[in-house]
Amino acid sequence: MILQVTDLSVRLGGSHILQGVSFDVAPTGVTALLGRNGVGKTTTLRAVLGEVPASGAVSYDGRPVLGRPTHKLVRDGLAYVPEDRCVFAGLTVAENLRLASRVPDPDFELVHDLFPELRERAGQRAGTLSGGQQQMVAIARVLLNPNRLLLVDEPTKGLAPAVVTAVAGVLERVASRVPILLVEQNLAVVRRLATDAVVLEAGRTAWHGRAADLLSDADATKSLLGVGSTAGRH
Amino acid sequence: MSTVVLLTLTGLGLAALYFLIASGLSLVFGLAGVLNFAHGLFLSVGAYATWWAAPRWGWLPALAFGVAVAAATGALVELVLIRPLYTRHTEQVLVTVGLSLAGVALLQSVWGADARVFPRPSWTSSVVGVGGAQVPADRFLLIGVAVLVLLGLLAFLRFTRYGLIIRAGVENRAMVSALGIDVRNAFTLVFAIGGALAGLAGILAGMYFSSISPGQGAALLIFAFIVVVIGGLGSVAGAAGAAVAVGLLQQFVNYYGTAGAGDVSVVALLAVVLLLRPTGLAGKVATA
Repeated sequence: MILQVTDLSVRLGGSHILQGVSFDVAPTGVTALLGRNGVGKTTTLRAVLGEVPASGAVSYDGRPVLGRPTHKLVRDGLAYVPEDRCVFAGLTVAENLRLASRVPDPDFELVHDLFPELRERAGQRAGTLSGGQQQMVAIARVLLNPNRLLLVDEPTKGLAPAVVTAVAGVLERVASRVPILLVEQNLAVVRRLATDAVVLEAGRTAWHGRAADLLSDADATKSLLGVGSTAGRH
Repeated sequence: MSTVVLLTLTGLGLAALYFLIASGLSLVFGLAGVLNFAHGLFLSVGAYATWWAAPRWGWLPALAFGVAVAAATGALVELVLIRPLYTRHTEQVLVTVGLSLAGVALLQSVWGADARVFPRPSWTSSVVGVGGAQVPADRFLLIGVAVLVLLGLLAFLRFTRYGLIIRAGVENRAMVSALGIDVRNAFTLVFAIGGALAGLAGILAGMYFSSISPGQGAALLIFAFIVVVIGGLGSVAGAAGAAVAVGLLQQFVNYYGTAGAGDVSVVALLAVVLLLRPTGLAGKVATA
């Protein structure tokens, strides 16, 4: 397992957000982290990355990571694409990418192959891009460097259907190279990408197994995700 | 006409001082989120270091020494006092307030509370005729240095990797860390830059006022804070524009109004900007 989360607990501002989250992420493919709004999916990613104080145990590539600074984890190949993209609005596309480049030979070839539009918009301020274009920048930033695991938080949120399909296609190609822990609300995307799934409920792990098993179980998807098992099926 | 020219150049000279103090203060707050009340101490340290060194080593080496000591003080304050408190904002403010008070007391205990005559090159005491006005030459020095610093800072922010990190960090420093960058190094750097610029401002203030005193930094810091807020936190270009507005307003109102009205008018300008544009003229973006 590339990532093992055991009894992860997070308290923020007096609220007990995570109350014992446990799951594993396989070293290949996409593991979907699912659940209704507010169950702690984003907090789980941020806790793994060291952005919020947490207790419990998190092992990345066999080494404990809780308490380690975020930048060191990222340098060890744990990359993060945050919810709402978090591109630097005042920087150009080229500057956003240059900032993210940490190695002598960043993989611009892959980035421009996946997102040819970014080459054309290199001089444009990232804050003036559309949501889909900003998502391209956010994903491109992490692909410039060698990674061992991607944490990707709601990459299709707020995007038009055509852009959702494009982003899913990119993640599918990326997943063939590096495992992904994916927080996603769009079950069509989950159905297309995920091999494994973890479902959180009220800050705890409620289900963990094969994504196909979850999505084919109408009762489980209804009770855990609040949608029918046919949701997102085209 | 000559009065307007004199007031304008004097106001721009004062604006140069405000800009040199405010630009570092603005970057420190914009990037590290530190409201540094000890920034005035860096100014005093730079001024006193130059005052001490000038009779021994000559004026130019003394200037470099003053700037270097102020930069080192800024970096040291960040490393020793601020770094352990980045998640404890109240304690952080208390430490910087305490340091500013302790610093003034330390300078008083070593060199006394009285103002000291500041050494300066003789040519800066001359006057230059411009548009019928006799303008002290040091005004041009202040303005020239501020313009060079502004251009240098903008080039640094635009063309260097650390400049890029600072501009990004002003927007979202957590995201900078999430890209694998140790943003704490940038914090130390902006404290050092802020210290160096404040030290330079202290030296130029010594020339502008012909003297230095332990409390000079704290007095100028109040207006620098106003410039930072008007200009927009984290914006060097905004600080430059706001410094010019504050310096000119203060000079003209003081001359054409009653004594002290200039200071009141600056506070009024601050209130108007906060009402109409709470993020300041340039918002929270490290403008390059």
